[in-house]
Amino acid sequence: MSNDSWIKVGKVEEIPRQGARVVSRAEGDIAVFRTVDDEIFALRDKCPHKGGPLSQGIVHGKRVACPLHDWKIGLDSGEAVAPDEGCAASYPVKVEGDVVMLSLTPNEGCPNT
Amino acid sequence: MKEKLILIGNGMAGVRALEELLKLSPEQYDITVFGGEPYGNYNRILLSPVLAGEKTIDEIMLNDEQWYVDNGITLHKGKWVEDVNRAQRTVRTSDGIEEKYDRLIIATGSTPFIIPIPGNELDGVIAFRDIADVDTMLAAAKKKGGKAIVIGGGLLGLEAANGLMKQGMDVTVVHLMDTLMERQLDKPAGALLKASLEEKGMKFLMEAQTEAVLGKGKVESVHFKDGLELPADIVVMAVGIKPNIELAEKIGLHCERGIVVSDTMQTFDPRIYSVGECLQHRGLTYGLVAPLFEQAKVCANHLAHIGIARYEGSVTSTKLKVTGIDLFSAGDFHGDEHTEELVLQDPGRGIYKKVVLRDNRIIGAVMYGDTIDGTWYFELLRDNTDVSDIRDNLLFGQAHLGDSGHGDDNRVAAMANTAEICGCNGVCKGDIVDAITKKNLFTLDDVRAHTKASSSCGSCTGLVEALLAHTLGGDYSESPARKPLCGCTEFTHDEVRAGIRDNELKDIPATQKFFEWKTPDGCAKCRPALNYYLLCQWPGEFRDDSQSRFINERAHANIQKDATYSVIPRMWGGGTSPKELRAIADAAEKYNIKTVHVTGGQRIALYGLKKEELPEIWGDLNEAGLVSGHAYGKALRTVKTCVGQEWCRFGTQDSTQMGIDLEKMTWGSWTPHKYKMAVSGCPRNCAEATIKDLGVVCVDSGYELHVGGNGGIKVRATDYLCTVKTPEEVKEYAAAFMQLYREEAHYLERTAPWLERVGLTYVKEKIVEDGEGRKALEQRFLFAQSFAQDDPWAERAEGGEAHEFTPITQVG
Repeated sequence: MSNDSWIKVGKVEEIPRQGARVVSRAEGDIAVFRTVDDEIFALRDKCPHKGGPLSQGIVHGKRVACPLHDWKIGLDSGEAVAPDEGCAASYPVKVEGDVVMLSLTPNEGCPNT
Repeated sequence: MKEKLILIGNGMAGVRALEELLKLSPEQYDITVFGGEPYGNYNRILLSPVLAGEKTIDEIMLNDEQWYVDNGITLHKGKWVEDVNRAQRTVRTSDGIEEKYDRLIIATGSTPFIIPIPGNELDGVIAFRDIADVDTMLAAAKKKGGKAIVIGGGLLGLEAANGLMKQGMDVTVVHLMDTLMERQLDKPAGALLKASLEEKGMKFLMEAQTEAVLGKGKVESVHFKDGLELPADIVVMAVGIKPNIELAEKIGLHCERGIVVSDTMQTFDPRIYSVGECLQHRGLTYGLVAPLFEQAKVCANHLAHIGIARYEGSVTSTKLKVTGIDLFSAGDFHGDEHTEELVLQDPGRGIYKKVVLRDNRIIGAVMYGDTIDGTWYFELLRDNTDVSDIRDNLLFGQAHLGDSGHGDDNRVAAMANTAEICGCNGVCKGDIVDAITKKNLFTLDDVRAHTKASSSCGSCTGLVEALLAHTLGGDYSESPARKPLCGCTEFTHDEVRAGIRDNELKDIPATQKFFEWKTPDGCAKCRPALNYYLLCQWPGEFRDDSQSRFINERAHANIQKDATYSVIPRMWGGGTSPKELRAIADAAEKYNIKTVHVTGGQRIALYGLKKEELPEIWGDLNEAGLVSGHAYGKALRTVKTCVGQEWCRFGTQDSTQMGIDLEKMTWGSWTPHKYKMAVSGCPRNCAEATIKDLGVVCVDSGYELHVGGNGGIKVRATDYLCTVKTPEEVKEYAAAFMQLYREEAHYLERTAPWLERVGLTYVKEKIVEDGEGRKALEQRFLFAQSFAQDDPWAERAEGGEAHEFTPITQVG
């Protein structure tokens, strides 16, 4: 992946711990999460169940609870926690210094709708 | 290196302990299982439906062999453990396999009791215990018109008899006593059961003592003490089971009737645990599944070195798995001179219900024909609930406590498979029964996870529990009496609250650390609860953790299905003014509001706002004096009023002003669940005060206070608390009641279920009878309010919490 495909999101501290911020985009928002251990993850901001904005959910461990119907989505994979089935596209992220970088090319495996 | 754990006995209890352990600590042990039967782990209790041809063996498998492989467990099936060397810590099978252990679980279950009479060794004399027995019975049933004699008219005997009858055999049940299932049923219920089984074609020989089984090599007839002799092709002995303690005794573990264990399921050798039917705990042995599962949980907890769970014994309930027969029993239903019996008998409908009370608490129940409320009685029994307040309606069932939604439709057994059980998620009876049987679900939580039934509003929980009980019979694992706050902990709501108070825990991580939470930072269920408990305990001190709040409370608006938000400003006591209405109209136009809607709480809601717009519209509304209505919170919502004395020809007091005063006092307060009030100006009650958390009904002589009402999921009319004389008293009582609820209810428990849990008598003691206590509650409430009454909208309109409302960046 070439360097130009990474975009600068903002500083780690701008995302609340155990929370998320939204990267707003015409093709659909992306939610950037920060866990209690300061790990950063990015998912398409759309629950595979009924499209709820995952960025608005409660972040716990490496999961987020969708605010609409409480599906739990794994932050690393985008996969719904069993027995629910479904997947939100995940995006590569990295932290350089204190800056969060995001690739707009989703990881393979989940439909990106 | 991993510690080695060996399980002897590949049955339901032992394997359940492994499953619980794998959930808690999947990597801790290297696990080996020895089982005598040549199968994986199957659901022994569903052998009856297999015999009756209603299920297949495959359908009752709980853990197939792949499960052991997937979990890295070594399974030695068809292997009998012959000896355990406790000094060397090794086990040895009859064919010479030897394995070392660090810890050992003995779950050897029970063996059927074979009556010591001549001929009991003949071919065709069997017990009803395992798949092999079922195979023998099915083979015998192939002979047309074959005759079967079942000795034992208990639960197991009747299920065996029913199965054999379904397979076309001519079945006679022989019972020593004069009542069927005398350990579970009293005489009237036993008689009803006998009559319905006779109607199905089953024959009975009561008070009959079997003397010998006769035949040449193979059973031919059964001889009774009174001289009677009946021909038989097969004899099933189902007179009871006894704990299988052979191995435990041989290796010197202390046994009485069963293997004696402590509250942590350890035997007298602390490296050796026991679970299931083979054990004896506090003098009792158990033969039903629900207790075994509780034991398995405790055992796993100890094996995982968590060690906080204790088994304190189980109260069990019984259901007979015979299609078309509905009976239920639990606890001590015979009673004694210190008990009272409530009995309802309707022979015409074949209904019999008996509830036994001691000191106004249920200690036992028997039901026949209509068992829908069995789970409810059982819950009241286990929770030791004082039923004096509901005694007059107790026998008519929970529906009579005010559930307007379901009523007579509650009879799950009679429901069609297409009947909708869960209205929120559109789940039908057939879906739930399918999931229970195909996916081997045992608990309410299982059903919620797999089908979504009862996972939204919860109003169908009783129906789902009834379906579980109906589908699984005695196998149903009721929600435990002790309900942990969530999956992250074993501690209950009450324990956590007390711990926060007594140990001065001042934030969420400290609380989680103190109680040794199993997850790093909790879950979406416990974090909001902890946030509330801390907030309530330490007003002014605890720093609210917005990341532990549900989005609505974090954003101070209600999220809608399309991720937009709604905004509802407060209208004090339901009153408004041209100026406020003009501001709302202007805002609706400015923000292109698609829907303006009048709410049930006498306010106006604006729908369809983008999150970024919220602070701005709040600023606009603030300018006209409008503040947050907290319509999004587990908080004081509204105080609904009528116009009262000021206009109404029937009004007795100034109900509108009373409502405004109450709202001014209580707004901004966070509560365990949403909290609504109303004030009606006369007993015509136009403000519907008797379905509110606290309702005031003005009368000529003063103010009636009513509490614990609910107009939502389950309609519940309030209970009358007391009548007071002055508006000052109304405020004092209202503040005290709200504070009692804030301090004592569980998070997400409305006043209605809370009141039913603690009883109206208790609330009266605290609020009406104890004047000093009431004043202290009021003071604590007002102190908390001194930190709570800042308009959250104003703060955000001025730029507070900006990160909540704006994207971090924009692309393209």
